[in-house]
Amino acid sequence: MLMNLFKFKGGVKPPTNKTQSVTLPIAAAPLPSRLVVPLHQSIGGMPRPVVQAGDKVLKGQLIGEADGWISAAVHAPTSGTVLEVAMHVQPHPSGLDSLCVVIEPDGRDEWIAHQPFDYANATPDEARNYLQQSGVVGLGGAVFPTHGKLTPSKTVPMAELVINGAECEPFITCDDLLMRERAEEVVRGIGVFRDLLQPQKVLIGIEDNKPEAAAAMRAAIQAVGEDFAVVQVPTLYPAGGAKQLIRVLTGKEVPAAKRSTDLGVQCFNVATAYTAWRAIAHGEPVVSRLVTVTGNVHAPRNYEVLIGTPMGELLKLAQPHPDTDGIVMGGPMMGFLVPSDQVAVVKATNCLIAHSERLFPPKAPEMPCIRCGACAEACPHELQPFEMYWFSRAKNFGKTQEYNIFDCIECGCCSFVCPSRIPLVQYFRFAKSEIWAREREKNAADQAKARFEFKQLREEREKAEKAEKLAKAAAAQAAKKAAEAAAAAAAPAKAQPASGEAPPTPNATVAPEKDAKRATIEAAMARAKAQREAVQPKNVDALTPEQQQAAAEIEARRVAAHLIEPEPATPASEKTE
Amino acid sequence: MDILLAIAIMALGAVVLGAALGFASIKFKVEGDPLIEKIEAILPQTQCGQCGYPGCKPYAEAIAKGDEINKCPPGGTEGVQRLADLLGREVKPLDAEEKPKQVAIIDENTCIGCTLCIQACPVDAIVGAAKQMHTIIAQQCTGCELCLPPCPVECIHMAVIGENIDNWKWKYPVVEIKAAPLQEAA
Repeated sequence: MLMNLFKFKGGVKPPTNKTQSVTLPIAAAPLPSRLVVPLHQSIGGMPRPVVQAGDKVLKGQLIGEADGWISAAVHAPTSGTVLEVAMHVQPHPSGLDSLCVVIEPDGRDEWIAHQPFDYANATPDEARNYLQQSGVVGLGGAVFPTHGKLTPSKTVPMAELVINGAECEPFITCDDLLMRERAEEVVRGIGVFRDLLQPQKVLIGIEDNKPEAAAAMRAAIQAVGEDFAVVQVPTLYPAGGAKQLIRVLTGKEVPAAKRSTDLGVQCFNVATAYTAWRAIAHGEPVVSRLVTVTGNVHAPRNYEVLIGTPMGELLKLAQPHPDTDGIVMGGPMMGFLVPSDQVAVVKATNCLIAHSERLFPPKAPEMPCIRCGACAEACPHELQPFEMYWFSRAKNFGKTQEYNIFDCIECGCCSFVCPSRIPLVQYFRFAKSEIWAREREKNAADQAKARFEFKQLREEREKAEKAEKLAKAAAAQAAKKAAEAAAAAAAPAKAQPASGEAPPTPNATVAPEKDAKRATIEAAMARAKAQREAVQPKNVDALTPEQQQAAAEIEARRVAAHLIEPEPATPASEKTE
Repeated sequence: MDILLAIAIMALGAVVLGAALGFASIKFKVEGDPLIEKIEAILPQTQCGQCGYPGCKPYAEAIAKGDEINKCPPGGTEGVQRLADLLGREVKPLDAEEKPKQVAIIDENTCIGCTLCIQACPVDAIVGAAKQMHTIIAQQCTGCELCLPPCPVECIHMAVIGENIDNWKWKYPVVEIKAAPLQEAA
């Protein structure tokens, strides 16, 4: 099929280094000695652990429950015993810890009871929910929960579904091998996405350095009877970036602060389609993935690896050369050196590169920017990296945002071409994370302010209410007093003419008032007494003799300690009779 | 005649412009002092009172009236810097030592449920009731320490919020300088 392809600006052509790892077919990595499965493997909410130390788990059993809509479940990659749920170092540039479930495999690799999902009779909502429960996330590297991308926009009709098989980053070949060996399942997975999103057409973009993969995909599409278009795109880094691939295949440019769905395009990785199909057709959640193990090793190869496998153990399979001094996760352009060889393979791990100074010679020191503009020419997002660099360096973060630093995909093209060897992407990452931190602080401050103001408001309101209540009570009291005084004044007035003889005393006007007061006090005391007597202690009914004795002893002690007056009244036991 | 016309034109212009200005001053009247709001936006809103004022807004008002800008320890040196930039004043070292961000933690075994800390918390970040255990809503806690003094059983302590994977930041790129191998004297 002939198709008019578009171009994105910039891009670079680093040596691809892909041939080393495609000679051998995919191999299943053996069970490791233990599995460290991080709970937070996708963007969004941190899944809650649902197992604890000592639990026996089966392969595919839920161990982390999705927290919220943008979050995906995590499952046990093999059968065995949970050793602990604890903090372990993460495959993250920070080298910090996060909550992991550590599983000791029992060697049986026994599946939990699972069955295919009845996809034909399910509503789209049920299918999305099922994918979330199966832990299907974007395996291209961003690990965004897939179900969150499978809801068609209500306003914009879905025009194109773009499937990303470009795999532009050097060294990485896991998607290539997946398409060569398991094309049919990939195609069926794409069919699921097509059914859920209802696009007008489906475009599968594959870089033209992978003719075998493209041929296998075409054959599979024919075999399955679909009408997806396999498009070979020119090999140019970063053609596999979502926005770049969309640009190349559809000519649509996703504007800043907008999503591709706003233009009627959605993009998925081929490996994501594969795992989605495994989940639907076989009921298997995502417990493993393909990982390219390459670099400074004797036998580079692609392995099907259980999530949670320590990277050091996986690397050993490919026989690293003795001068290996680290492991890079991801490719050489966007990857990073992992903090330790004990960190686990996660859903985002597409490639491990054994690092050595021979393979990646240390960069010469950074030199001043000479304003040559090479970075701006290489930037696939048409940003101005040199400007962003100045402002990031000067910590003028507002200006970096004016230059759209958040559109930077950190592809590394600018650093790659910089003749002064400035680590531009490092500066951009620094600026971005500072801006995010400030945003967080700002939000926290705003929230604190709102809560503080509300508390003040509430306190004032309560004070006002209390004052009002007191004023009301005082007014009522005064009115009552006045009424009683009037009544008391009226009573002697009536009585006086009847008796006749009583001489008017000098304090005659005061006496009735005093009497009235005393009367009310006496009445109140009588009421209180009646109330006291009406209340009978109920906890002394039906006591056993031992309890009665204990109570009597305590009573005696309390009398002895002069805590209460000795009570000659009837003991509790007699009262009940 | 000409001069009268000129005066009339100028007078008319003055009246029209005066009316426009008068209208604008009513229509676009700014309520409150915008400077106080700007200062308050820089203050960290912990409402801790360490500046000697009962909250961030009173301190913002005091700064606007000329009080020192270095009395806010939670805002840190950076806060002083930003206030200095805003007000065109000199940067001064912080009046107290700068503390890392903290969160209060109630030892729930010791808590007697007296509600004194609940009353002291400026942002309602403590839940509990009389004779019921209290606990801190960590996300809402500003780390102001105002709950510490009223507690009769000293069951509240402050814990520093360390670096974790969610709040970790990329560091400023630094140039590594490696010692060059010593050259042998020829």
